[in-house]
Amino acid sequence: MENFLLDNKDILFHLEHMDMDRIIRLKEDDFSEKDLYSHAPVDVEDAKDSYLKILELVGKICAEVLEPYAAEVDEEGVKLVNGEVQYAKGTRLALDILAKADLMGFALPRKYGGLNAPTTILCAAAEMVSRADGSFLNFGLQQDIAETLCKFGSEEQKNAVLPRLASGEVGSSMILTEPDAGSDLQAVTLKASQGPDGKWYLNGVKRFITNGCGEIGLVLARSEEGSKGARGLSFFLYERDEHMKIRRLENKLGIHGSPTCELQFNNAPATLVGERRRGLTKYTMWLMNSARLGIAAQSLGIAEAAYREALKYANERIQFDQPIKEFPPVFEMLTEMKVNMEAGRSLMYETSKFVDLKEGLEHFAEKYPERSDEAKSDLKKYTRLAALFTPIAKAFNTEMSNKVTYDAIQIHGGTGYMKEFNVERHYRDARITNIYEGTTQLQVVAAIGGITSGVAGGILDEYEAEDYSHGKDLVKMVKKARNNLDKALVYAKGEENEQFVTYHSRRIVEMTTDIIISYLLLRDAQHDERKLKVAEIFIHKMFPCIEMKMNYILQGTSSVLKNYSEVIA
Amino acid sequence: MGLNLIVLVKQVPDTQNISGEAMKEDGTVNRAALPAIFNPEDLHALEAALQVKEQNPGSKVTVITMGPASAVQVLKESLYRGADTVALVSDRRFAAADTLATSYALKCAIEKTGAFDIVFCGRQAIDGDTAQVGPQTAEKLGINQITCVSGIEDLDGKKKTVTAKRSIEGGYEVVKCGLPVLLTMTDEGFSPRPPSAIRMLSYKNASTEVTSAGYDESYMDDTSKLKDTNYIHLWDIEALGADVQSCGLAGSPTKVKKIESVVLKSGEIRMVENTEEAVSSMVHDLIADHTLG
Repeated sequence: MENFLLDNKDILFHLEHMDMDRIIRLKEDDFSEKDLYSHAPVDVEDAKDSYLKILELVGKICAEVLEPYAAEVDEEGVKLVNGEVQYAKGTRLALDILAKADLMGFALPRKYGGLNAPTTILCAAAEMVSRADGSFLNFGLQQDIAETLCKFGSEEQKNAVLPRLASGEVGSSMILTEPDAGSDLQAVTLKASQGPDGKWYLNGVKRFITNGCGEIGLVLARSEEGSKGARGLSFFLYERDEHMKIRRLENKLGIHGSPTCELQFNNAPATLVGERRRGLTKYTMWLMNSARLGIAAQSLGIAEAAYREALKYANERIQFDQPIKEFPPVFEMLTEMKVNMEAGRSLMYETSKFVDLKEGLEHFAEKYPERSDEAKSDLKKYTRLAALFTPIAKAFNTEMSNKVTYDAIQIHGGTGYMKEFNVERHYRDARITNIYEGTTQLQVVAAIGGITSGVAGGILDEYEAEDYSHGKDLVKMVKKARNNLDKALVYAKGEENEQFVTYHSRRIVEMTTDIIISYLLLRDAQHDERKLKVAEIFIHKMFPCIEMKMNYILQGTSSVLKNYSEVIA
Repeated sequence: MGLNLIVLVKQVPDTQNISGEAMKEDGTVNRAALPAIFNPEDLHALEAALQVKEQNPGSKVTVITMGPASAVQVLKESLYRGADTVALVSDRRFAAADTLATSYALKCAIEKTGAFDIVFCGRQAIDGDTAQVGPQTAEKLGINQITCVSGIEDLDGKKKTVTAKRSIEGGYEVVKCGLPVLLTMTDEGFSPRPPSAIRMLSYKNASTEVTSAGYDESYMDDTSKLKDTNYIHLWDIEALGADVQSCGLAGSPTKVKKIESVVLKSGEIRMVENTEEAVSSMVHDLIADHTLG
């Protein structure tokens, strides 16, 4: 009877209090499908009820099927047998159950067999799945590839592929990275060339491809011969055939259930997705942003699993005649873990809300060009906010997950270092989250522009204008912290050394993130007294940190910038 | 040629997840402390029916339960998993039925559906654990029965025969018989499928009919029109044309003399060495205290 939705009060809190009306109306095109499909909602309340039911089903499968096998999946790993990837037994079972439950098309439109769930609801599902098994999301319930194809593919491509993805008949992978093109995807060299028949063929090697064995692949390739940089890259839909070989599987620190493949394309036929030359700048960026939010949810789920193990252990473990939870160093760790997870959850749902509104408005403007003016200004606003918040949420949640899983081992002491306990697995699984889909350092690069250009300031002004009468003293501190951020920003922008802002950008992004979260937690506290305590703990801890970071920035030309080359020589 | 498949299911208190005192002071079950669930073996029976349906195109699966209004939950769960049509047998006058009266009511309900080929039910329910309702229903219908089935080896829709594997102590036996037949299923085979999200959203608002309308072919209707319809058949004594004296308390010869709440406590453990002498001495002791013999 376990259920990863029903036993998680914080997810339920967000589902109850988030304002989804506009998201639902946009997603459902004012309930235009209610007479077409018996499973389409008839109004906002019906849609919300359906979301809860879907999530409850996911929560049940997570608790009853996925989680019980997670340790075994980690131990068994994936194998390459005669050129084909073999998932662990538990993975195969879970994939089968999810397909039978009609959950593989979670975010796809109904006409392809999907459930048409918004990103916000997908985030909740992704968190639960990853709490059950940290390695599963990347290929198990991954919706990014299907969604990308749904947004940019031709009708023919969509009809050929999406129903099979939604039924779980085929799996998928995004095929971007190469040995010499990791963070810098502009350096991709895999060649796409047109044959005399006008068809496209792929040649080259891709590396670190999650679930590269998936039947459906979206491939970033150089279509413009002799070109360099992003503008020579296009996006292709490739369906597995004998022209692609899986050369090897990586032997990884964590997420053992997820196959990481090296692929060799030998004249493999593919079809162009969307327009030529927009492969990286448009399609890959969209895909990556979608995946980044997924990783934010994944890392939160792994943290949740580790926190629960740690709390249970701290309650049960008796030392010096009392449960170790009663000792300040231990309860401080547990409290910080819990507060930061709730912070990450509020940030994730705020981000998913912006993403859902942006996507919904974009869809609205495309479908009703004559009414696109109605959507224009909001679309601009939410596009910018989604672009700012996605890397912020990914950076915060993945770093948080690393810290939470680290502390979960610490609370277990020597026991936690042993394979018999789950926390060492969570720790290993979390470690990839702040690396793939762009390292934290790259998320900072993606976010800093929105901070220096004033997008962050705009949303902070909006937050500031909300009602915080329930936490007056706290909001004063947050305002003061924002002043400190502004001081640091003004100073940094005025510095002559052009590397100065880049050097401090992580600090600036972290300061901004903390202030955003402070407001979000205060907003949550409108509904719940406990949440006010959570906000208080977060704000009391973030305030001096922001002051410290400000002081470091205000020191001027940093000793690191001046001296690093001599020190690390 | 499709087959008409009937599944008998029961909503039971979840005896595995007790959230308080399971028994009241008077020795009856404290239902408030026990969440109501789909009887586990009945899920295997439903799964068996759904698989038979998939292998025999044109078949239909009708799920029947007897119980109070709250039992619609197991019927909805059946719809979520793939049942075509469902019926709730419910009437105050069915209350307090023992296995004899229950099997009589179920027999009437099955007959109401018309011609049928296979009736599937769980071997036993986790509340009463009698394992009597399935066999008694088969007897009353006057059809073949195979109990404790863990697998179906062959089903010939043309010749109307079934070959089933049934679990017996220390092994299993394979039994073949003609249709119609009633099978009681164990939890060894037919691992239940999850509910389908799409079907769940389609049927989540399904409710019982206001009146006890007759059984019809409405399951064949386009499901897109389901949303506003009452989808669950509600059959009372009149709808079944059942004899009132054979139903509920009136039709139940079982009389409860006394209920005792037995709390099992683990006793001391005695290790017996694996020698002729030691085993012989243990057997003597067991005979002496009347455990054996």
